[in-house]
Amino acid sequence: MMKKALSLFLAAAMCAGMLAGCGGGADTNEATNGDSGESTAAAFKIGGTGPLTGDAAIYGNAVKNGAQLAVDEINAEGGVQFELKMEDDENDPEKAVSAYNALKDWGVQLSLSSVTSKPAEATATENFADRIFALTPSASSTAVTEGKDNVFQMCFADPNQGTASAEYIADNQLGTKIAVIYKNDDVYSSGIYEKFKAEAETKGLNIVSTTTFTSSSATDFSVQLGEAKAAGADLLFLPIYYQPASLILQQAKSMGYAPKFFGVDGMDGILTLEGFDTSLAEGVMLLTPFNADAEDEKTQSFVTKYKEQFGDVPNQFAADAYDCVYAYKAAIEASGATPDMSAEELCDLMIQTFPTLTFDGLTGEGVTWDSTGAVSKSPKGMVIQNGAYVGM
Amino acid sequence: MKQSKNLLAGKRDTLISFGIVIVAFIVVQIMIMTGNISSSLKGQLVPICAYIVMAVSLNLTVGILGELSLGHAGFMSVGAFAGIVATTSLAETIPAAPLRLAIAMVIGAVCAAIAGVIVGVPVLRLKGDYLAIVTLAFGEIIKNIVGVLYIGRDSSGLHFSLIEQKFELAEGGKMIINGPMGVSGVTKISSFTAGFVLILITLFIILNLVHSRTGRAIMSVRDNKIAAESIGISVTRYKLLAFVISAAFAGMAGTLYAMNFSTVTAAKFDFNTSILILVFVVLGGLGNIWGSIIAAALLTVLPELLRAVNDYRMLIYAILLIVMMIFNNSGVKERLMEKRAARRAAKQVSKEGL
Amino acid sequence: MTFLSYLISGISLGSVYAIIALGYTMVYGIAKMLNFAHGDVIMVGAYISFCTTSYLGLSPLVSVLLAIVVCTVLGIVIERLAYKPLRQAPALAVLITAIGVSYFLQNAALLIWGSSSKTFSSVVGDWSIKLFNDQLTITGVTIVTVLACVVIMVALTLFTTKTKLGTAMRAVSEDKGAAQLMGISVNSTISLTFAIGSGLAAIAGVLLCSAYPMLMPTTGSMPGIKAFTAAVFGGIGSIPGAMIGGILLGIIEIFAKAYISTQLSDAVVFAVLIVVLLVKPDGLLGKRVSEKV
Repeated sequence: MMKKALSLFLAAAMCAGMLAGCGGGADTNEATNGDSGESTAAAFKIGGTGPLTGDAAIYGNAVKNGAQLAVDEINAEGGVQFELKMEDDENDPEKAVSAYNALKDWGVQLSLSSVTSKPAEATATENFADRIFALTPSASSTAVTEGKDNVFQMCFADPNQGTASAEYIADNQLGTKIAVIYKNDDVYSSGIYEKFKAEAETKGLNIVSTTTFTSSSATDFSVQLGEAKAAGADLLFLPIYYQPASLILQQAKSMGYAPKFFGVDGMDGILTLEGFDTSLAEGVMLLTPFNADAEDEKTQSFVTKYKEQFGDVPNQFAADAYDCVYAYKAAIEASGATPDMSAEELCDLMIQTFPTLTFDGLTGEGVTWDSTGAVSKSPKGMVIQNGAYVGM
Repeated sequence: MKQSKNLLAGKRDTLISFGIVIVAFIVVQIMIMTGNISSSLKGQLVPICAYIVMAVSLNLTVGILGELSLGHAGFMSVGAFAGIVATTSLAETIPAAPLRLAIAMVIGAVCAAIAGVIVGVPVLRLKGDYLAIVTLAFGEIIKNIVGVLYIGRDSSGLHFSLIEQKFELAEGGKMIINGPMGVSGVTKISSFTAGFVLILITLFIILNLVHSRTGRAIMSVRDNKIAAESIGISVTRYKLLAFVISAAFAGMAGTLYAMNFSTVTAAKFDFNTSILILVFVVLGGLGNIWGSIIAAALLTVLPELLRAVNDYRMLIYAILLIVMMIFNNSGVKERLMEKRAARRAAKQVSKEGL
Repeated sequence: MTFLSYLISGISLGSVYAIIALGYTMVYGIAKMLNFAHGDVIMVGAYISFCTTSYLGLSPLVSVLLAIVVCTVLGIVIERLAYKPLRQAPALAVLITAIGVSYFLQNAALLIWGSSSKTFSSVVGDWSIKLFNDQLTITGVTIVTVLACVVIMVALTLFTTKTKLGTAMRAVSEDKGAAQLMGISVNSTISLTFAIGSGLAAIAGVLLCSAYPMLMPTTGSMPGIKAFTAAVFGGIGSIPGAMIGGILLGIIEIFAKAYISTQLSDAVVFAVLIVVLLVKPDGLLGKRVSEKV
């Protein structure tokens, strides 16, 4: 009897020992990596977390691929060298903190924070406490940067999008009666909606119908569309991602309802959705920082390379991640940072450098940051014509 | 004779459960002090504690009471959000973090227990899969309601509203729960020690309950409801008792969990989380408290240990889960158990011979 | 008129739940296990159909048949590898294994087909019936799904009551031991059940994605849970119950959104479910099992 108990104690102790061994192993790895780092090719360790599996896997993988592409390009040039590691967080704050800690054990120096908002809020708090600088490609909630001097964003914050959309609609008189469908278990979507509503009130826009859906009811939109139609809405504002948006477009068509559709950056990607009938998206307007069809050389080369390597057309997540890595490169060159610096030293340097940078990337020209970490770049208004984006 | 043997078996389980927890705590503390712990493991300590409490409390419902619950995360959610409201409101009155956490846990437990009564009274009349589906339904309802809940606090007190923020906060007020955007900027006050103490309290109460007269009554309801009724055991009362205690501990675990992250949303406490806890319980063995402890710790750490295999991480996790379940119920394990039992019997005989 | 159009939306959503629930209830009725991986077999079926039509250019009908074949084989393989070793184990152990299988299928799909979602092109085509001066639209998918539901329901009922194999199935479901003594091979009967259930899953997957054309590795999980709810609602194990439960669930969901609140629709749906189960504790058409001491 006692023997069984004893053997279990031993087993438990062994498990703990094994874990400690793993932990210790990671530590020694880090040390040796650091040593070899000084002698051979010195690379900055960039790490981020994102949903690589599960429902939101598409965003995490886009960021991973986009960042990898940038790292490969930069490393091939010589000069500043990077080493990239993305860890899976399953779009869950708890797993994101674990993933962040795994990156810390790896010896991350510059962080890409997290891909989605809620996980990024959790990891940004850790970034702040540990003094590891973070530049998130796509976590757009303001709570990510709020009160943290070392967390910066590459995408524009949700409130900006909401406000900009309302302004755009009001200024261009796109609609008189507006309906909104948003996802009320999603931070991104409801964040944009709140600000849109506030700005719409001040601009005197008339919101006639507001309906929601959740991830457990994201298939059938007949009621939401029916209400919008019954209220006589001539413009439907969709602050949501493109997958549910594609269903909304399809169902609106089948019920013979054709208002103007207005989306935000989450709508980007709808044209390259495999199997999607792009004629459904004809006339859809959206605000987005990135356009995979743009003619400029930078975008063209990015899109071609991305397609070659990963087989998909990149979306704005990939473009933002690509820009993040290049922004780091620019900041490192401007500040004279070296890979042998500790994460904390780099953090101080980056905090000083980022607000002074003016950065040209895929998602905007002349991008600047203020000291709160918010980015200033203007979303481009696009309208879909003949299956392609056209500037408005 | 038989009874004393049962009592001894009870004692043994208690001993093992406490032993595992205390040894693990000491080992981890030594690792922390000597700096021999990876950040990855250190960051998981509090969630592991929360999951252990969840698993042990669910084991009370599923293992001891014998009713399948698929909505345990719902109670965790109630505890988490009640705890957040409590800690935020008490921030000025009680500056000492451990005391505030303890009070928040009690409030979380009370709220979850109330939810437990509300759910339990109608639900426990049902049986089997019907009961399971109703607990699932309650879990989803709690998730949905918390997801549209707005709670703010200003100088005049707490303000509540559903669906839309219908109140204006006075100057200096702060939103605590902001509807679908959940909670942001929580001050983290959970610690591994707090988790450890919570596990000890949980074990103490649940193990005592299980090995008491009440516990035996609950098990008799599980084993044969009609027979239990016939000897005058109030089935409904004992069912409800076990269910509510289980909910209360889930609430405490929820508070502990929530206070370890700077952000929480209702969506975290969904069906998948309920299922995850159920996996801990079944893998650890129904009714086996220390099994739940080990299974919860192991399965929380496992996906992290699998990070090395990158893309194949969750795939391998799934395969391991299936293999573990099959092994747990296979002939191999049975034979091992038989061998051990035979050895033990032999020893017993030799002892008695002496 | 809006009421009618919401009713039609409800039926069209419900018929999709119903067709998934039929597979669920079939497996539950015979093998007495909740196969939580059923939703993911649906997803595999939809992917197979998608790939064969978009990449190989096969006709929709052939693609559906291929999907059925692949899913049937998949169902048998899963049953052999993951569930058969647990035949003697408690029901909960099998439930957890089924969840493991569900994780496995989702992650395998993620590795094979990638994380980007795909738009499924309807195998039924893009036609619809318009009534009352175009005020009411019934899509072709809805009609086909409802018809498929009825056909499958009738076929399954006839199969289990009139054929020898079906009788064997019912015998296994009643009492495995006694069935064995009567010379029925319990193992192959249960395998056959899984084969049929998975074949149905393929049809359900194709119709689900034809109605709501968004395909990704997690496509099956939410409809799977809803269908499970529907199956219990109708009285789990009862074949007509699954169909009625599914359609009612769809209607309740749409009406909750339309007449109560889109914000609280999930809560309302589940609250209705609870109330119904409290009034009828064995589901709508479930059998009352009397307890023995």
